[in-house]
Amino acid sequence: MSLQKPMMRGLLAKRLRFHLPIAFGVALAVALSYKFGVTEPRKRAYANFYKQYDAVKEFNAMREAGVFESVRPSGK
Amino acid sequence: MLRLTSSRLGSLLAGRPTAALTFSIKGRAASQQSHEVSEALDMSRPMYYDRVDMPLPDKPYKDVLSEAEQKLKQKEKGPWSQLTNEEKVALYRLKFCQSYSEMKAPSAEWKTVLGGVLFFLGFTGLVVWWQRIYVYPPRPRTLEDDWKAMQLQRMLDMRINPVEGLSAKWDYDKGQWK
Repeated sequence: MSLQKPMMRGLLAKRLRFHLPIAFGVALAVALSYKFGVTEPRKRAYANFYKQYDAVKEFNAMREAGVFESVRPSGK
Repeated sequence: MLRLTSSRLGSLLAGRPTAALTFSIKGRAASQQSHEVSEALDMSRPMYYDRVDMPLPDKPYKDVLSEAEQKLKQKEKGPWSQLTNEEKVALYRLKFCQSYSEMKAPSAEWKTVLGGVLFFLGFTGLVVWWQRIYVYPPRPRTLEDDWKAMQLQRMLDMRINPVEGLSAKWDYDKGQWK
């Protein structure tokens, strides 16, 4: 009735060998998915928005709506 | 009155699985009446404990041994192959109160805890309801529907978040949400 001698050493090293690559992989995956899921679409959205942006037209629209204090809506 | 609360405390402590301290709070309060013998626990001497994280207590569970038990202890000094299985178990029980599986055995305490939590959550709900009726001030004007509509219209006029947010979702030519 003799049991096998249990693992006495190297327990942390064994755990790290298994978990560290997983940790790095998960961190990398999270970073990449954030970059391609959030920041790249956002950059494209801003670029597209400003391609078609007419500042003067937007200003006049806002002026007519009456949100400015420096210029009143034009009498028309 | 003191006796009642302290005995209730004593029974509460006895249920805790971390340390099998045989506190005798009853004893201390009862000594005021000088009827019973008060047994205060001497914490300066090695104590027995059942703990999952510290496997070898400072002293065996039973120190005062009867005649038969002392004979068994003498037999233990010889070769162990001559001990029967019952004797081995008896020696174990002399040294330890609870085995690991007994220490780790699950209790039904979680049901009490969950029941207590839900009960008090419900009670808090009733308290909040009463507060809604008797304590809260009148509703602010800014939460009425017409005010919120005017607020939204002003935000759209100001072109709030026109790239990805609010005004981006509003179609200005058609006057409706995209």
